[in-house]
Amino acid sequence: MRRLLALHAVLVYAFLYLPLLVILALSFNTSRRGVRFTGFTLDWYRALFQDPRILEYLMNTLLVALSSTLVSTLLGTLLALGLVRYRFSLSAFLRYLLYVPVVVPDVVMGVSLLLLFAFSRELLGFPRLSLFTVVLGHITFQLPFVALVVRSRLLLLDPGLEEAARDLGATGWKTFWYVTFPLVWPGVLAGALLALTLSLDDFVVTFFTAGPGATTLPLYIYSSVKLGVSPKVHALSTLLILASALLLLLGRVFLRRR
Amino acid sequence: MNEAATPWLRFLRLLVTVVPGAVWLVLFVLLPTLLVLYASFLQRGPYGELTGPPGLGNYLRLLDPLYLEVFLRSLALGALTTLGALLLGLPLAFYIARHPRKDLLLFLLVLPFLTNFLIRVYAWLVLLQREGVVNALLGLFHLGPWELYPSYWAVLLATVYTYLPFFVLPVYASVERIDWQLLEAAYDLGATPRRGFWHAVLPQVYPGLFAGAVLVFIPAMGTFVISDLLGAGRVVLIGNLIQQQFGLVRDWAFGAALSVVLMAFVLLFLYVYARIQGERGLEELV
Repeated sequence: MRRLLALHAVLVYAFLYLPLLVILALSFNTSRRGVRFTGFTLDWYRALFQDPRILEYLMNTLLVALSSTLVSTLLGTLLALGLVRYRFSLSAFLRYLLYVPVVVPDVVMGVSLLLLFAFSRELLGFPRLSLFTVVLGHITFQLPFVALVVRSRLLLLDPGLEEAARDLGATGWKTFWYVTFPLVWPGVLAGALLALTLSLDDFVVTFFTAGPGATTLPLYIYSSVKLGVSPKVHALSTLLILASALLLLLGRVFLRRR
Repeated sequence: MNEAATPWLRFLRLLVTVVPGAVWLVLFVLLPTLLVLYASFLQRGPYGELTGPPGLGNYLRLLDPLYLEVFLRSLALGALTTLGALLLGLPLAFYIARHPRKDLLLFLLVLPFLTNFLIRVYAWLVLLQREGVVNALLGLFHLGPWELYPSYWAVLLATVYTYLPFFVLPVYASVERIDWQLLEAAYDLGATPRRGFWHAVLPQVYPGLFAGAVLVFIPAMGTFVISDLLGAGRVVLIGNLIQQQFGLVRDWAFGAALSVVLMAFVLLFLYVYARIQGERGLEELV
């Protein structure tokens, strides 16, 4: 039985890694078409670095990811604090609202934001679809994940610690700053990392909320796949695979040290 | 100062913590959802704009067998993807949970999942195409080449691939919490290993299995990218219809009605899930 389970696991891991290895191999392949390996080359990487548009798309992607993560982490953390600390009449409703972006298929989320922006443009004259609307969309799907991650961390806190600080004469603000926040910080960081990866990975919401000139890397990859791929995309994909592996590795090392 | 939680201060704290996030959710989650609902009752104007009078026309159009077939195909994809994830993921979750280096195995499970979603889907296109890797391997056994892409099965393979970690992680969390003494108790009472597994072990994993099923079924049923790339126009799901209405066809009202139906499926599914798991079940989904 154990042997069978081990064999199964090996096969599943092979299934998980085979596609990525194929892309990796193709990025060094001299052949433009097909998957027969005809020789080793770095030409596609050279072509990638010489294409000025790629740099622009990369900057767009990073701009969207960083700004949306910043806002959603701030709003999400505050929301989690408020939801855990205070009982108020609408809190149950807010909690349900928080789950909507988590469970709704992203295509529905994309078109509903598109509709919102269209109605708003008709009534108020803004916003035009651009990188700005993409950022608004990303914050919207990141916010619940940050809030829920921070909230679960807050719920694990020992309330005794805060009471002890209060008993020793700390003000509410001091208690928060010296006791609560340092304990919640890993949760905030984990939420921010999750938000960042969600934004970097997103295609669907970006697809519906991006205007002309607001191309991100996922949008570029999609259009190249639809138009027939140039091997540059293999090189780009390989670099992105390595970047995400590095990010995960860093996150692991960093979180373990705590 | 200690006990100074006056109503005024309390209000100020609520204002700073909850209100910004709450306003955001109302503006960008609640309002758009209501707008979709509203638009679904409107019609397409001559220039592709939304226009009145409101009516049920879009919903009546959905009763066409053509669209019912699309709904069934989407639901079947969700169900088959869940089945595939179950067959691959359940044994894997047990293997990881009982492995001495489970940290590493979990890391290796999540790693491909962090790679950009489009790249992972595209990789299957490379593998399955006529001159692709799978056909090359089949050629070694003097089989094929087969037309693996574009097809419904290619789409299914990619949805299983894409959403497998969503299934394994909650199941793994349940397997971790298993109380193995129950299995020993079952043995003491004379159970065979098979009966012990079915009656003493598996029921303890149900919460993880249900959570995993929800996390796989919903995105697989609602996808449009995977069916777009690996079905190449031949595999039409609800998501593809919605994308077409908001894209080329430019019938936003009909697209909105399709979105409402897709959301209704999701809510129905979540309702069943919440009935089985209780409200706590929702929290296990994140």
